[in-house]
Amino acid sequence: MDPYQQHPIRLRINDQDREFSVEPWVTLLDLLRERAGLTGTKKGCDHGQCGACTVLVDGKRVNSCLTLAVMQNGHEVTTIEGMAKGDALHPLQQAFIEQDAFQCGYCTPGQICSAAGLIAEGQAKTVDDVRELMSGNLCRCGAYPAIAQAVIQVMGIHKDKPGSASGSASASASASASGPDGFTTGPVLA
Amino acid sequence: MNPFTFKQAANVDAALPLLATEGARPVAGGTNLLDLMKAGVMAPPQLVDINPLEQAGLDIIEEHEGGLRLGALARNATTAYHDTVRSRYPLLSAAILAGASPQLRNMASNGGNLLQRTRCVYFYDVGTPCNKREPGTGCPAKNGINRQLAILGTSEQCIATHPSDMCVALRALDATVHVKSGGSERAIPFADFHRLPGDRPDIDSNLQPGELITHITLPDAARFIDHSAYIKVRDRLSYAFALVSVAAALDLAPDGSIRAARIALGGVAHKPWRVEDAESALVGKPAGEAAFEEAATRILQGARGYGQNDFKLTLAKNAIVQALTTAMRGTDFAKGQTTEGNPA
Repeated sequence: MDPYQQHPIRLRINDQDREFSVEPWVTLLDLLRERAGLTGTKKGCDHGQCGACTVLVDGKRVNSCLTLAVMQNGHEVTTIEGMAKGDALHPLQQAFIEQDAFQCGYCTPGQICSAAGLIAEGQAKTVDDVRELMSGNLCRCGAYPAIAQAVIQVMGIHKDKPGSASGSASASASASASGPDGFTTGPVLA
Repeated sequence: MNPFTFKQAANVDAALPLLATEGARPVAGGTNLLDLMKAGVMAPPQLVDINPLEQAGLDIIEEHEGGLRLGALARNATTAYHDTVRSRYPLLSAAILAGASPQLRNMASNGGNLLQRTRCVYFYDVGTPCNKREPGTGCPAKNGINRQLAILGTSEQCIATHPSDMCVALRALDATVHVKSGGSERAIPFADFHRLPGDRPDIDSNLQPGELITHITLPDAARFIDHSAYIKVRDRLSYAFALVSVAAALDLAPDGSIRAARIALGGVAHKPWRVEDAESALVGKPAGEAAFEEAATRILQGARGYGQNDFKLTLAKNAIVQALTTAMRGTDFAKGQTTEGNPA
């Protein structure tokens, strides 16, 4: 038998069951881009330093460049292509548009998947928390203020109304943000 | 990446014989190993995916004999945010959250964190000599790019640092690493887990080939809960390796004198650096700058710079004093929620 055998794997990607046969050294990132035809997930550094490849595995954000596809056999993967429901954008996608949270856009799929993971984790309570817990995603255009603003908009953190947030991670994206300079700190989510 | 065979192990008994294969490596999070394989620094002929061992309980975090037991496969993020870890071992939680990024902490396992390899640029660059990567080829770091590198416990062969934050807290808290191999199991005190480079810088730890880390235990640390701090100084505010980090914990008497102290440093040596004599010398003294400076001087005895990292001698001293001062003022249980800032 060929020692470097192909491994049959099954992943649920964006709510679809997909089957592949892969060599063990294929990363999840390369599988998504080269074999699943999902090029929304970006290869930036390919070394876990930039976060452009961030996807959700079983709801948790990970660097898809640093895990093997074969290690994810049986798991559920969500990429940027799986964020919108039909024509309805995910609240984070809508917020990124409203806040102009990108320039070149290359880091954006990873930023949005990372932000979705951040919200699901429920650890960020303040604007500073959001900035710290988004630090795994680099943006070479330097759109950080708007990116953080988009995330806090979806989280319902209001810089000038501390304590007024609903605390709901799925707060409507239509909640108006408080402005591009919203970087004061305060406990805002109950 | 080099071609390799891939095996999955369903339980520890199945994993051990697979790991006994010459050159085989376990993979859990993969965050460091796969990166090193991409860079050509490591080329194991066989990877053994131990993630299924989660089902065998290797991801459990639980109170254990008055202390704590951390499964080797529990993820760094799960560990740092675990209620027991946060409330009873805030130093460990803070140290973990000071490291890497949220994505990497979601992936990285506790066992793997211990086995991280140095981020010395020469180790990573296969086009340069490196005694750690290729024994006998030399160490360009000593007279080269060494801003990140060690000032304590170095050898002629190697001045690499261990990159982990978590391990600095584990050293301060007297952790024990539990390992299994084909015929046996043993417990390794954290002080003896990592090694100094000496004339074998290619060997990072005393884990033997074929041995698998199953869990890490910590003794009770209740007396340090209220006075601990992890200070990490780095080139950017988040998501960077430490230039110097300090895990500090104090047990203070009502009159402010020191009953016990723990101080461990990261970013300065091939292993987390701790000088227990400096800690015992603090006992009975009033907590404060004078005592803390004296401890810093003792801890840094024998330290030397290599040019670009000369600044670490002063930085380490200041960081030790700052960490102890912060610990004295009281544990910030929200540390890790935000990047910086001492308790108001």
